[in-house]
Amino acid sequence: MSAEFLYGVEVIINGLMAGVLYALVALGFVLIFKASGIFNYAQGVMALFAALTLVGIMEGQVPFSHIINATFGTDVHNFGWTVPALLAIALTLVVMIIFAWMVHTFVFKHLVGQEPIILFMATIGLAYFLEGIGDLMWGSDIKTLDIGIPQGGSMWVENLSKHLGGEDFYGFFIDKLDIVATIVAIVLVAGLIVFAQYTKQGRAMRAVADDHQAALSVGISLNFIWVLVWSLAGMVALVAGVMWGAKSGVQFSLSLIALKALPVLMLGGFTSIPGAIVGGLIIGVGEKLFEYMIGPMVGGATENWFAYVLALLFLVFRPQGLFGERIIERV
Amino acid sequence: MLDSSETETLLEVSNIEVIYNSVILVLKGVSLKVPKGGITALLGGNGAGKTTTLKAISNLLHSERGEVTKGTIAYRGERVQELSPEALVKRGVIQVMEGRHCFEHLTIEENLMTGAYTRSASKAAVNADLEMVYNYFPRLRERRRSQAGYTSGGEQQMCAIGRALMSKPETILLDEPSMGLAPQLVEEIFGIVKDLNEREGVSFLLAEQNTNVALRFAHHGYILESGRVVMEGPAKDLRENPDVKEFYLGVSDEGRKSFRDVRSYRRRKRWLA
Repeated sequence: MSAEFLYGVEVIINGLMAGVLYALVALGFVLIFKASGIFNYAQGVMALFAALTLVGIMEGQVPFSHIINATFGTDVHNFGWTVPALLAIALTLVVMIIFAWMVHTFVFKHLVGQEPIILFMATIGLAYFLEGIGDLMWGSDIKTLDIGIPQGGSMWVENLSKHLGGEDFYGFFIDKLDIVATIVAIVLVAGLIVFAQYTKQGRAMRAVADDHQAALSVGISLNFIWVLVWSLAGMVALVAGVMWGAKSGVQFSLSLIALKALPVLMLGGFTSIPGAIVGGLIIGVGEKLFEYMIGPMVGGATENWFAYVLALLFLVFRPQGLFGERIIERV
Repeated sequence: MLDSSETETLLEVSNIEVIYNSVILVLKGVSLKVPKGGITALLGGNGAGKTTTLKAISNLLHSERGEVTKGTIAYRGERVQELSPEALVKRGVIQVMEGRHCFEHLTIEENLMTGAYTRSASKAAVNADLEMVYNYFPRLRERRRSQAGYTSGGEQQMCAIGRALMSKPETILLDEPSMGLAPQLVEEIFGIVKDLNEREGVSFLLAEQNTNVALRFAHHGYILESGRVVMEGPAKDLRENPDVKEFYLGVSDEGRKSFRDVRSYRRRKRWLA
């Protein structure tokens, strides 16, 4: 096989792996949107906040240390311990669940039945508030997140694939982190699908997504389901935050991955979990392939806009997205 | 025939007033009693307040910005109007809403399972109840794997009633089960309601526009007009009442009247006694 072709394949593989991460972020949006009709602009910031919290807990940082020091004239920054990664992840999850409960209790519970645009505005407010709180709690410096995921090109894949090409092909270069991220994302998605399809709470979640009134009438507590959904979105945000954070450091730009999820949603549909996954993969592969093949002709940097152009095309021809929920209409 | 004076009263609504959006007065003092083991019909035309009465009882009004401003609702002698719909379902009162409201993207069986949400019963007990529902509604068994949104109106109505049954209710508030269904299907569904009442001992409060069918199956009836109860009595008496015949059953002693005459008669004669 020619080296040209094999590099194309490598681009596709890398695209798929990037796509899985996009899908992960998009999933957070889908979960909340389906169950409550809220388009959660704060999903990206939630990923950032989760990653910040994780680093903070692992390094034993004192939360709100700036305020504490300023008010009491103390000089505390660190508890002086470190927390193992797994425990820290569990604790961060608890924080995200508390966050979900607070968001629901203090904000969205009071906005039930309001116009979607008002709910959307509330999430914008929430995004900036959360960003501020994140800074306040853990400081605004760039942090590195190392939870022991291997990084760098995988020699194993490289050696395995070397013989596919000729003299000038050195094997596929695939980042180990991407491999781990892909596996984690697949497990998470499979878990979510099993949860939604086969458990009592998952069924209730889908029931709420279908018909709020009817769900109330059979005794499903909307408050509980909404907190549950926000917690799940928080969990997804944590995973996305960890993967992106490990890749490029935990900093403000992490919250911009939400922007990558938008075209994924337009492509896959706002209400479909499989849609978010397939949409993510298409965008991931599409933008990498486009950059590889067409990029050099137009001066590169196509990755920033390609996804949006693709999404716009979809909006014109299939506004509900690839897998948007079929509107069941009977006459 | 059940005599309401001799049996225990399950649900008692006294003189409730309901206001939507803080301004629109819909119920102007409705009182009614639902005896244990009976089928009580709540009759009246469009906008009379039947659905609002049921929703006031099941506490689904809140999500529609409605509020009970006066009067009391008691279940087994206990005031229940501050309870959540969830707490009420746990006490055995469940509403089957007007227009079915099945979960369209869930299968029929999943729909039924959501009815058991508030119960902490074992899987075996839930499956036994599922079997019971399928025995009452054999059609649902055939469609158990279909998405509810793709089943017929009659099947959806059966699904909605079956879903309520899965909560092991003592009282079902059934809102307009005949809506949009063919007469034969209406008969079938009312027949099943009667069966459930007699064999499972479920009490029903039934809101219905189809006075004819409702009075044939119910034990006791209330007639609502513009948010007030204008008449009540055993179903048999109501069926024989000349005014009910005239206004709701469309027949009078002089035989059938044309609709135009009925309306003009109605304009002349005010009900409020």
